[in-house]
Order: sequence, then structure tokens, then C-alpha cells
Amino acid sequence: MDMSFSPDDQAFRAEVRQFLQDRLPARLSEKVRLQQELTKAEIEEWHAVLNEKGWLAGNWPREFGGAGWTAIQRHIFDEESALASAPRVLPFGIAMLGPVLQKFGSKEQQDRFLPRILNGQDWWCQGYSEPGAGSDLASVKTTAVRDGDDYIVNGQKTWTTLGQHANWIFCLVRTDPTAKAQEGISFLLIDMTSPGITVRPIVLLDGTPEVNEVFFDDVRVPTENLVGEENKGWTYAKYLLTHERTNIAGVGFATAGLAALKRVARAQQAQGKPLIENPLFAARLAEIEIDLMAMATTNLRMLAQAAAGQVPGAESSMLKLKGTQIRQAINDLTRRAVGPWALAFPSEALEGANDDLPPGPPEAAAATRAYLNNRKLSIYGGSNEIQRGIIAKSLLGL
Amino acid sequence: MDFGFTDEQTMLGESLARTLERGGDAAALSELGAGLALMTEEAGGFGGSGPDILMVFRTLGRAAAVTPLLDSVVLGAGILSAAGEADLAEAAASGEARIAVALEEPGQRYDGKVSTRAEGERLSGEKSLVPGAEDATHLIVRATDGLWLVEAGAEGLGLRGYALMDGGRAAEVTLMDTPARRIGDAALLDRPLAAAILAVCADALGAMEKAVQLTTDYLKTRKQFGRPIGSFQALQHRMADLLTEVEQARSAVWNLAGNLDTADRDRHVAATKSLLGRVALYVAEETIQLHGGIGMTEEYELAPLARRLLAADARFGDSDHHLERFIAASAA
Repeated sequence: MDMSFSPDDQAFRAEVRQFLQDRLPARLSEKVRLQQELTKAEIEEWHAVLNEKGWLAGNWPREFGGAGWTAIQRHIFDEESALASAPRVLPFGIAMLGPVLQKFGSKEQQDRFLPRILNGQDWWCQGYSEPGAGSDLASVKTTAVRDGDDYIVNGQKTWTTLGQHANWIFCLVRTDPTAKAQEGISFLLIDMTSPGITVRPIVLLDGTPEVNEVFFDDVRVPTENLVGEENKGWTYAKYLLTHERTNIAGVGFATAGLAALKRVARAQQAQGKPLIENPLFAARLAEIEIDLMAMATTNLRMLAQAAAGQVPGAESSMLKLKGTQIRQAINDLTRRAVGPWALAFPSEALEGANDDLPPGPPEAAAATRAYLNNRKLSIYGGSNEIQRGIIAKSLLGL
Repeated sequence: MDFGFTDEQTMLGESLARTLERGGDAAALSELGAGLALMTEEAGGFGGSGPDILMVFRTLGRAAAVTPLLDSVVLGAGILSAAGEADLAEAAASGEARIAVALEEPGQRYDGKVSTRAEGERLSGEKSLVPGAEDATHLIVRATDGLWLVEAGAEGLGLRGYALMDGGRAAEVTLMDTPARRIGDAALLDRPLAAAILAVCADALGAMEKAVQLTTDYLKTRKQFGRPIGSFQALQHRMADLLTEVEQARSAVWNLAGNLDTADRDRHVAATKSLLGRVALYVAEETIQLHGGIGMTEEYELAPLARRLLAADARFGDSDHHLERFIAASAA
């Protein structure tokens, strides 16, 4: 057993840290640190910085313009990025669609779409969930019917994250209504500017319009936008979901969140002492930290297995479960740490308009909203109940 | 032994619920006498006991109603009445006057330390998180030497308002040589503050009951994998746990309502607020989770209930703060 990172990985970490120090604009990291929303332009700005360095798509092979990093390197990059309060790399094009096109897409599709993901010309969003197809994703009802060289798409997608910024959407559509649930589904790329598409924002309980409903009314989609074979979409969808689960543990986010929580707890005074010295609070904080230390090692153990060529299976469900529990516990304790100032709910502060500063510590404005917004962690990407089912079935054979 | 309500209390609860269902505003609630039901007969009302407060606020919580009844009446009129300011207390209870109570100060968390001070008949200092300050006709300000009354628009009075999680508004308040009148010692706060904590807990209880009811209904109608998700045993057990915790919360609220005017009040305040804060968070988190995505949306009626439950924990000391107070009170 040798739990230390290899000299190469340590050198890589130093290189990432130096890059972030040199190239991450303070105005972006400040917004990320205070959990303020980034604009579309700010997200694109950071993507461009990473792309210039060749680091935007760490998970892509070099032949497609990626960095070709190992799983360990990707983990190091994610962790250092979170610790430096760098904006996250949007997963939709890079982590989700890219690998699907590389494995199942045609040469034409790869040449057409992959460079545009890297250079920021396209902003992709995910058209998976529907009002009647959440945890039961295979029950999607949006239809695509062949008409000459086009499909005609009708139906509705929902929970489309940042769909308001997107110009393309990858969708699961039903192409064979007579087949068994999983067998009649296809994977279709749809131009969001096509006639017949309507995007309606859904405001979440933290007040942000982060997700959307997307309606399709007789939308014509060229058949060349079908990925792989017709009615084989479920295979591609599952492949995509396994990639969605890389970094599912969110160790970097949790580590950064814990550091932020400690800053708040040192600054807050309770009964004449820093809150972090309050025994009850300190115990809560310590329990989370101990959990995070163990979970980070579970994550590395699984990454090491992946590096040794083993495909991560249902173990990633345990990472999702524990990882989201820890992040939500950090959100809860941060809410607790800002005390009565968690009561304030100023929308302006979250957008970074500081002329109407809310009361309390600077982290207070975002603490409640982050707590509310991150309730999604245990719901999306396969709810934690679905993960428990996978663990019971796949790992225990129950 | 009787854990029930009087006929009058039950009737008031029912008509209050109907009024709220029709979208009744603060004026409609005043007309109904909701404010007077929160005041004792000596103070010109027709209620004011623990069970009266429980009935009114549990009903408000179920409807996620935003009203001035907590801050202006239970706390404001309660203090005024204790201070012998009968006319203003009655005006507040009937809705003619609006009282905002300025207790907290910046950086003080739940400690309640005060540095706002009086020189002659003038106050200077900063108060934080004052609910309803922008709409108030009068402010009650806690200063180092007791409680003071300040009129809205008084010289040197500054307000900086912002929205609150539960849908109301509060303000940061600055006082610079602001004319004020002393109305009594800080000890006058004891009973009104305990009553306000009961009100917050009863309100949270109502919100929990409603949230659990919504979730139960949703589990019966939402279908995935070809059947209602409520037929999955994993979710059934979660609902059973929820219901059991809400039952605990209900009894804790009853405990405080029944001991609001007994010698054991402080211990019950700490026990009830601690338990309610803990269960409120649990109910908010579980009811959102059991709904899935729809539970995250602003347009679904769970959203204001969940935020209300969070707010309940942060108001007047959170569950940890009251856990420590309970330990201290039990040791004494």
C-alpha cells in the first residue's frame, strides 16, 4: 500500500495550481466563492481560457482535441479548480455529449460538433427527463416520426439545466412506439433555433431560473442528426450516464465548501467566542470532515481501479449517495453557521449587485439559497433512492 | 386531562382557515379578530393563552400566510400590554397600528447582547433583522437599559429593507440620536418572547402537517415504473418516519402551549424550539426529496412551506442554541 500520489501526479497538481493562480480572474473566483450566479458570458470566458491551454476537455482523447488525462489527473484538476473557486466546466457538451459522439457518432458528426463544443460556438443542454419520465427514464414519450429526410419531433422535456443559454439539445426520443420501453428510443441532436421549439424557465425554490421546460411542436430534425442507430438510444444514454457520474462524488466541491464553512465559523461569534470553538458546533463540523476524509479515499480507490483498467460499476452509486449527503450536510451547517442572517433572502445579492448588501456575514446571502438549491443533488442524475436500488440489486444481488 | 381546544378556539381556527383559503389579507384577519384572539382579556382581547396562540398560528402555518400577527401582535402588542401601554397595544391587536420589535444587533447571532444606548430621551445604535420595520407605525427598541418606543419617521431613524425567506420583509435599523420614550425593563420581554416562540413553533407545525399531506397525496398519484410511487416500500417507510416525527413535534408544541404561563416555561421553550427546529429541517428536506424535481420548483405549493420551515429554525434561536439553553435550564 502506498497512498501517496505518484511524482508525475504531484507535478501535474503543481502545474494546475500554478495555471489557476496565473489565469483565473479574481472577479470570477470571487463570485464563485460567494456562490453568486455566473452569467453566460462569464462561463464562456472561463471555457475559453481553459480551451486555449488545451484543458477544457480533460476527459477527451487528444485526437479529438482533449487533454487525454487519466482519471486521477481529472480528479486532481477538479479538486484544484474547486479549491481555487474556479467556475465549473459545464458538463453538457464536454462530459456528456462528447464521449457519446466519440464512441457512437459518425465521422461527420464528430467533425461537425466536437470542435464547436471546444471553441464555445455551441452550448448544449440535455433533453432526457420528461414530466412522466423522471427516475423511470425509459418511459420517455417525446416522439420522432420519419418524414423523408427529417424526423418530426413532438413532446416535452423538462429539468433542462441552463437550457435558456443553449443553441443545441441532445434528446432521447421514441422512434418505435410498439417496442418495449428501452428498445424504441433514439438519440437525436436538435438545433434549438428550429421552428416549433419553446423554452419555458422553471424557477426553483431558491429563486433561480436554473432549469427549463422545452416543448417540441412539429419540429423538423434532419435524419443526419441521429446518433448511431435508430432505436439504440438507450445504450448511448446509459453510456452517457456513466460519464455523467465521473466526479459524481464532488470531492472538490465538498472540500471547498468545508473550507468556506470554516471561514464563516471562525468569523461568527457565539457567546463571546468564535463559533468554531463552540463544542456542539465543532462536533458537527468534525463529523462532516471525518466523513469527507473517508469519502475522498473511497473516491481515489475507485479512481485507482479505473486507472488499472476496471470499469467503475455500481460502486459509483455509493459515491453519489455519500457524496451528496456530505455536500448537503455542509450546506446545512453553513446555513446554521450564519445564524439568524439565514433569514434574509435578497435576490439582488446573489446576482452580485452589491448596492443593496444583505445583513450578516458576506456568505449569508448565499447560504440559504445554496442549501435550498443543493437539495437537487440527491434528486438529479438518478435520485438517491434509485442509487440505493442499484446498490441493493447490483452489489448485493437482492 | 384534556388536550383539546374550546369550541371558541376551534371555531376561530376554522373561520381563519376559510378566510386564508379565500386569500384573506391582514385586514380580513383583523376583521375576524385574529389579533384580539392573541391578547388576554385584561389586555382587551379574548384569548392570549397558549392554546389560543397555538390554534391561530398552526392555521397560519398550514396556509403559509404572511401576516403581521407574530411581530406586531404577539410580540409587539404583548410587550406594550405588559408595559401598561394599553391603547397602543389594542391598536396593534386590532390592526390599526403596526409594531416592529428591534431586538437583534449586527454580529450578535442569537446571543442577544445589546449595545444600543440611550442618552436622555434619545437612542443611538444599530439593530439587525427587524421584521416588518418598513410598514411599522412604531418600533420597540431594546437598549442597554430596557425597552423604548420609537415612532416611525422619527428623526435619525434609518431603515434598509430586504426580503425574508418566509415571504415577509425585514430591515437593518440605525438610530442616531433618535427621539424615544422608555416603556420598561427588558424583563417585560419574557412572556411575549416565549409566546412568540410558541407562535413560531405552532406555525412550523402547521407547515409540516401541510407539507406531509401534500407529499402523501403526491405519492398516491405520481406514477413511475407503471405504479404509484407510494406503493414502493422504501418510500412508505420514509413517510411513516415523517409522520412519527411530526407527531413528536405536535406534542412538543402542546407541551409549550400548556406551560406558557407555568414556572416551567423556560425549560419548555428551549425543549420545544430545539425539537421543532430539528424536525422542521427534516420535514423540509424529506418532503422535497420524496417529491423529486417537482418539489424543487417555486410554482409548486411546497416551496413556501419548505422555506417557512427553514425560517422557523433560524428565528429566535436555532435548534442548537435551544439545545444548549435546555442543558443549562436542566442543570439549574
